[in-house]
Amino acid sequence: MENNIHSHDLIIIGAGPAGLAAAIYTSRASLSTLVIDESMAGGQIKTTHQVANYPGFVDPIAGHELARNMRDQAARFGTQFELAAEITHLQLDGSEKIVTVDDTPYTTRNIIIATGSSPRLLNVPGEIEYKGSGVSYCATCDGEFFKDKDVTVIGGGNSAMEESLLLLQMVKSLTVIHQFDELQAEKITANKVLNNPKTKILWSHEPREFIKNNEKMLTLAENLKTKEIVKLESDGIFIFAGMVPNTGLVKNTPLQLSEYGYVVTNENMETNLNGVYAAGDVRVKKYRQITTAINDGTIAALNIIQKH
Amino acid sequence: MLQTKLTTLQNKEELNNLIAQEEKVAVCCGRMGPMCIPVYGIFEVYEEKYPDIKFRNMDFDTPDADVIKLLPECRGFNGLPFTVYYRNGKVVKATTSIQSAKQIKDIIEEVFA
Repeated sequence: MENNIHSHDLIIIGAGPAGLAAAIYTSRASLSTLVIDESMAGGQIKTTHQVANYPGFVDPIAGHELARNMRDQAARFGTQFELAAEITHLQLDGSEKIVTVDDTPYTTRNIIIATGSSPRLLNVPGEIEYKGSGVSYCATCDGEFFKDKDVTVIGGGNSAMEESLLLLQMVKSLTVIHQFDELQAEKITANKVLNNPKTKILWSHEPREFIKNNEKMLTLAENLKTKEIVKLESDGIFIFAGMVPNTGLVKNTPLQLSEYGYVVTNENMETNLNGVYAAGDVRVKKYRQITTAINDGTIAALNIIQKH
Repeated sequence: MLQTKLTTLQNKEELNNLIAQEEKVAVCCGRMGPMCIPVYGIFEVYEEKYPDIKFRNMDFDTPDADVIKLLPECRGFNGLPFTVYYRNGKVVKATTSIQSAKQIKDIIEEVFA
């Protein structure tokens, strides 16, 4: 009887758009569906200020509101949730899969991995230690703490340049440290940053360490061509170094990952393991959008419904 | 306005009364921003998991939020949200910027055990 209580037709790991779209479909088809997430529901959209390109909303909708709507829609059809939950064990091979959450085992024959992706950490000394007291990952949130001050931005992609544009409205100066000789961001955004008189750029440099010196932050950056280490002093450091797939949970399973760590699937979202699907930003794909995540989740769900 | 399911502290008197009356209190002071929303969400879940702890939030832009911002434990913080844990009326932990569910759980087990 105990096993029945914790057995589901489908377990979805990840409560972002892909996972919630799948949950809406499977719950509505009367499959008992459990969604597990280490945080709250919504994935990256919950932290998106406004979503303006999701069909069906004439005016932009706040990301957290869209996330809440998706979660409530899934719940209305009977989806169960385990949020802010820690998965301590995961068994994906065999016909019966086991997901252990905070010492409680849940079993199922179908799993969708929809764990998404997260901002890449640089993994250099000082990064974690000074998060929130000199190191930041969000210009919208923390930019005002650096009004009329000097900041350093790490990264040259779209996020880095869009956030830099926001910072340039507030700060005294902004120095971009980028590992290449040109910015990867879209030219229109990159040029706005480059043409701003407050902007300086350190091309072909990578940060090696962040040090707090009283109220100032020191960035030790290596010139990738000469190997010389330069010291750059500023009031704050903003890091926008791209995204990485959240596949740590499946690293020690037989699930096939690409060389960059994304889950490999076919067009039905099936992985190399029977009964294990992947959907959303965590899988190998070209475009990572809310709409494409919804697409993945829907396809995975329909395949599971058809086989059930 | 903070759009969450948490009870929002409107002023410093509410906070002072709460920490005077309740042994275990956690307050997340922030905005409706990307680093704050996940912490509110985790607090919402933990409200059910830890009924002995009073989870609250507070608008960072309300003048009375100085009661959090000016705490010595928050000196040097420049990442939202500021999250403060009180036990028996005293600050026992303060964090800056986003925290994961596991980090918050670890803090709860450390300071409220």
